[in-house]
Amino acid sequence: MEQTKELLVNMGPQHPSTHGVLRLMVKLDGETVTWCEPDVGYLHRCFEKLSEAKTYPQVIPFTDRCDYVGAILNEQVYVEAVEKLFGDAIVVPERAQYIRVLMAEFQRIASHLIGLGSAAMDLGAVTPFLYAWRDREKMYTLFERITGARMLYNYLRVGGLRNDLPEGIIGAETDGEDKAAETFWGFINYFDSYVVPQWDGLVTGNRIFQWRTMNVGRLSAVDAIAYGSSGPVLRGSGVKFDLRKNLPYSVYDRMEFDIPVGKEDGDCFDRWSVRMKEMEQSSRIVKQCLKWLAENPGEVMGKVPRVLKPPKGEVYHRIEGARGEIACYVISDGGPNPFKVKYRSPCFTHLQVMPLLCPGHKVADVIAILGSIDIVLGEVDR
Amino acid sequence: MAALVEFWKSLSPMTQTWLLGLGKASLILVWSLANFGFAMVMERKVSAWMQNRVGPWRSGLHGWIQFIPDLLKLYHKEFITPKNVDQAVYRIAPFLGFLSSVLIWLIIPIGPKGTSMDLDIGIIFIAAITGYDVIMVFMAGWGSNNKYSLLGAMRGAAQMISYEITLVMSIIGVVMMAGSLRLSDIVLAQINRGWFGWFLLPQFLGFIIFLIASLAELNRAPFDLTEAESELVAGYHTEYSGFRWAMFALAEYIHLVGWSAIAASLFLGGWAGPSGSTFLMGLGNIVSGFGRFPNGGADFLFAGANWWLWAHPVTVYVFGLFWFVFKTYLFVFLAMWIRWTLPRVRIDQLMDLGWKFLLPASLFNIFLTGVLKYAASVWGNVLVIPGTSFHLLGWWM
Repeated sequence: MEQTKELLVNMGPQHPSTHGVLRLMVKLDGETVTWCEPDVGYLHRCFEKLSEAKTYPQVIPFTDRCDYVGAILNEQVYVEAVEKLFGDAIVVPERAQYIRVLMAEFQRIASHLIGLGSAAMDLGAVTPFLYAWRDREKMYTLFERITGARMLYNYLRVGGLRNDLPEGIIGAETDGEDKAAETFWGFINYFDSYVVPQWDGLVTGNRIFQWRTMNVGRLSAVDAIAYGSSGPVLRGSGVKFDLRKNLPYSVYDRMEFDIPVGKEDGDCFDRWSVRMKEMEQSSRIVKQCLKWLAENPGEVMGKVPRVLKPPKGEVYHRIEGARGEIACYVISDGGPNPFKVKYRSPCFTHLQVMPLLCPGHKVADVIAILGSIDIVLGEVDR
Repeated sequence: MAALVEFWKSLSPMTQTWLLGLGKASLILVWSLANFGFAMVMERKVSAWMQNRVGPWRSGLHGWIQFIPDLLKLYHKEFITPKNVDQAVYRIAPFLGFLSSVLIWLIIPIGPKGTSMDLDIGIIFIAAITGYDVIMVFMAGWGSNNKYSLLGAMRGAAQMISYEITLVMSIIGVVMMAGSLRLSDIVLAQINRGWFGWFLLPQFLGFIIFLIASLAELNRAPFDLTEAESELVAGYHTEYSGFRWAMFALAEYIHLVGWSAIAASLFLGGWAGPSGSTFLMGLGNIVSGFGRFPNGGADFLFAGANWWLWAHPVTVYVFGLFWFVFKTYLFVFLAMWIRWTLPRVRIDQLMDLGWKFLLPASLFNIFLTGVLKYAASVWGNVLVIPGTSFHLLGWWM
């Protein structure tokens, strides 16, 4: 008698909760997952190869389109890598460094909001997602005033920034909710006093949410390190490693902040709460930057040659992105075009843990786990 | 008018029955569709309100007739039948779901004597009709020849069968107190007890269980596992399109309103309104042990409070309908509020909740109701708060 035991389900590439175009092949025994394999590449846009045909500054807009939810961070890693290639030839002004950190941390909040919102939506809670969008729109209005674009900024330059912060965008420390979309202080105060408690009450403290995330997708610290995970996924498993502290770049060594970690073998809830706490830490860093920037006006662009021709050599630069460690490997042959640009994307690395975490869980948990490792397919496929 | 009555009387009883049935059926259909329209736009408005959006705004006044263009659009759309589906099953399923959702309205009392069929087995009829939903979900899921649909159907069958038991068990307490399975009797019993004696309060445990179980029975969030958009795309109706898909939507909302109406009848006193007079009546009933024990002062209040019953019957019907609809939509709003707030539970958690918690709790509720009812009949006159004439146990008589 013919008997079928396992059901092979293709989740994606067209599926409501694959965060883009990801295909998850899942074998089901009833509702229980026995095997899971992600299949990537549906969003491949030849970014790395294309970069070889462009000059160094021309690559910057491409980097935005990798992780389009955390665009500034992608620019930062590339720009700093090229600056590293130049060595001492290019000095980035301090103010530019501070603005970079400010923008990066602000972007981290925006990116985490979307990550958390879509994770909640995958679990069936639609409203938090729209709250995330509401707040992100406020942040993007600020970004728009600074860079002229809402999502893909092309703001950082090798040697500094395209332009300084516009007049009055820092605002006063007392700015409240009514100025959330107008000044940095307004948003940060609104964020601390309103957004964080709202998320804590609506989602983190929700019993059903805790049922769905606790003890789901346990990733031990050993496995997390062995699978090369980084960022909130690694810290969610209790490993206290953050490039901003452990290998400080830019001006992070002058910032005061903590590294939130989850428990040993962290579950989806740990990864969630690490992101929640990270947003609060980012808000702390933003405040420090704002205080410094208000007192120290100055240049934001260092002296750079008209045509960027880094000396021959190669460089590997890593920063703490919103989703984990973003790294950029640039080889220069001395010409105006990079010989090779290679991105290390945290999302791609994190997708590897799916086959490890999913088996033994229910179908619904696959979505919860996928939401908790928070991938952006643009970055996975590049 | 007189000629019309003459004509009606000249018809044979058989024709009268058929015509009456036809009229009632049309009325129920129109009523259900009107409720669908209102509930659907309301859901979109409520969700928009909760999510800082505007919601439908263009068609009609502030978008309140949005359901008409929606249905027209769906009517025009092609109905796609994928290859290798089980034709008969696939095509019939949506209509079956619609049928069961409309049939519920047959026994709901929307006013004094305002029931199409005042069945004396009302509660059992509801349970039987709801049973069809399982078949509908399973037919749609199995017939679609789609893996997501199948998973959704399996979930739906398991979920609805297990929660149906809990649901009926949670109503038993009410039935015990009212002494009848007939819905209009249950409402009348509550009216006699006054607003403070509505079964919501003495049957609070049963009410909570009923609420949770009916959400699960209706496949509403947080128990919308059969549809589970983020997991199963659209669950059992993934493959449906056009007006057959619309039938599922129709069924969903008519069901929601129907269940809310049942909840309002069972626990909130149906068509009885919380007017000033019933308020007095309620107070009188607290003192008199809900009309079950002799109490002179309360009898006076009770009689005085009954003035509105002498009002013109039309007024009674109009107010009855108003309060009935109002209470119904309270529950509809509650369901929407819950849907747009909570995440979805997982299938094993749902089963645990149903079998390990809600069912034992509903059985305990039956036990508790029985004990209290017995105690009330035995010690009702003894357990009085000293210095007052509060009969504590009168509540559960």
